Amino acid sequence: MAKQGLKRQQNRMAVILLAPALATILLFTTIPAFTTLSYAFFHWSGFKRGSFAGFENFSRLFHFPFRDQFLIALRHNLLVFVGIFTIQTTLGIFLAYALFKIKRGQRFHRTVAFFPVIFSLVIVGYTWQIILNPFFGPVNYFFHSVHLDSLALTWLGETKTALPTLVFINLWRWVGFPTIIFLAGLNAISSDYVEAARIDGASEGQIFRKILFPLLAPSMTIVTILTFIGAFEWFDLPYVLGGSSGGPAGATDTLALMFYRLSFGSVDSIANEIGIGSALGVVIFLIVGLGATFGAKWLRGREVEA
Amino acid sequence: MIRLIGSKVFWRGILIFNAVSVLLPVFFLINSSLRSSVDFAKNPMALAWHPYWQNFSQVWQNGDFANFLKNSLIITVGSLVVILAFGVGAGFVLGRYQFRGQNFILGFILTAMLIPAKLMILPLFIQLKWMHLLDSHLGLILVYASGSLPAAIFILSGFFRALPADLDNAARIDGASEGQMIRKVLIPLVRPGLAIVTIYAAIPIWNDFFLPLVFLQTPAKKTIMQGLTIFFGEYGSQWGVLFAGLMIASLPLIALYLVLSEQFIKGLTAGAVKG
Repeated sequence: MAKQGLKRQQNRMAVILLAPALATILLFTTIPAFTTLSYAFFHWSGFKRGSFAGFENFSRLFHFPFRDQFLIALRHNLLVFVGIFTIQTTLGIFLAYALFKIKRGQRFHRTVAFFPVIFSLVIVGYTWQIILNPFFGPVNYFFHSVHLDSLALTWLGETKTALPTLVFINLWRWVGFPTIIFLAGLNAISSDYVEAARIDGASEGQIFRKILFPLLAPSMTIVTILTFIGAFEWFDLPYVLGGSSGGPAGATDTLALMFYRLSFGSVDSIANEIGIGSALGVVIFLIVGLGATFGAKWLRGREVEA
Repeated sequence: MIRLIGSKVFWRGILIFNAVSVLLPVFFLINSSLRSSVDFAKNPMALAWHPYWQNFSQVWQNGDFANFLKNSLIITVGSLVVILAFGVGAGFVLGRYQFRGQNFILGFILTAMLIPAKLMILPLFIQLKWMHLLDSHLGLILVYASGSLPAAIFILSGFFRALPADLDNAARIDGASEGQMIRKVLIPLVRPGLAIVTIYAAIPIWNDFFLPLVFLQTPAKKTIMQGLTIFFGEYGSQWGVLFAGLMIASLPLIALYLVLSEQFIKGLTAGAVKG
């Protein structure tokens, strides 16, 4: 009797407590996610949906003038992924290993290494914009004062240097993140392996290459996948520093910026193209979704049991 | 060379180099916010021996800035209230009860976790417009809550599950109702989980740029991160004022980070840890 009362009370409780959370997720995540797919298959004028369009929006996306924009943006996203992945991951492992080895002051250095991650990309972007300002910034001021005037470039203003500069700023803000993930990975490795290798006379370099690095594979999987997703949804930093058309002259354009322009219009064209924008959204979703799924599968296969 | 890499001195050197590269731009930001614009234009690297506080009062007198801060605070706190209230409830049920359909609900939440928020911005925009929640703080709060809830529920249900089962029974035998048991016994015990969820959700919301850019149109409703872009347009080359603006916008998180760095690191990497 009492047990039944408890069960009934629990059932009521479960419904009351689950409903608000599930309703919020359903309304503001699940339903929009499903409708976003359908948008790509309709004609649109402004924010008004028109007739069924089949694959027309996709075919327009892959023809002049959108095709060239798309390919340039895609190339930038790929470059950014490769750039961020190689530099950020290598540095992350390097720093994590340094933190792992140095116990005295570890807490301080760990706190400092992660510090930039808490900054908004808007703040990071603007701060670096002033640091790299060609006339008033300390970087070029320094180069001029040591007579290396040829190095005092218009970092964010030239098509050649703009994208690498953005990758560098991204590095400053993000490198603490993989560092912490790799450090957690290193700390999770049983010290028995390392000690056994040391007794067998392995050098520190051998221990890192043969034991620590292979056992870091699960952390590597996480970092790679998150970097991949981040690189293909790259928006805030290029928007803050280059505007919605990826200035200078489209040198920092990305797929997410193009998606934003098509969805909400831009300085150059006030009219938006929701159909083509949604088609691009589906394409980005496929790239990120398939890339992350198959990437994770492949990377997991490389992980060794420890 | 190989000897050098094996030595502790080398790795300590790496850490010191990293600390300098991290802290130098931050120091530059703080230092420059305390110098007059004229002074800065003369030499961007000089130290602020005589702090020029007028930059800060000038930012503050620009009434918009305080308003942007207030908007960010309302949106962040509002979202947190919804996330914690709804998340604790759902986390408790999923962590402590067993019932039919539980796996279905877990799958539903897990799927929602994998959907990239940026790509459903269009339907959300139209949906919010239709619900009269566009250009409103409440609309933004609900979208943020929806975005953070799945991970929050997972984190919290893990914490609830880890508590010993006898706790519930002891409280029930003492005559506590389910609601009392949750409030008085369980919630105090999952406090570390609440801290992780708070940081996990609050920082990206405070720092977010994209959703307010799309959803808020009335200038008076905009958040601090958007306010900064307006601010940078308005104050052109008044460097001191711009730096003071950047300082004020980042100060809340810097201050909190100095006190709670451990929780920050746990909170911000919570999504990356295998569940």
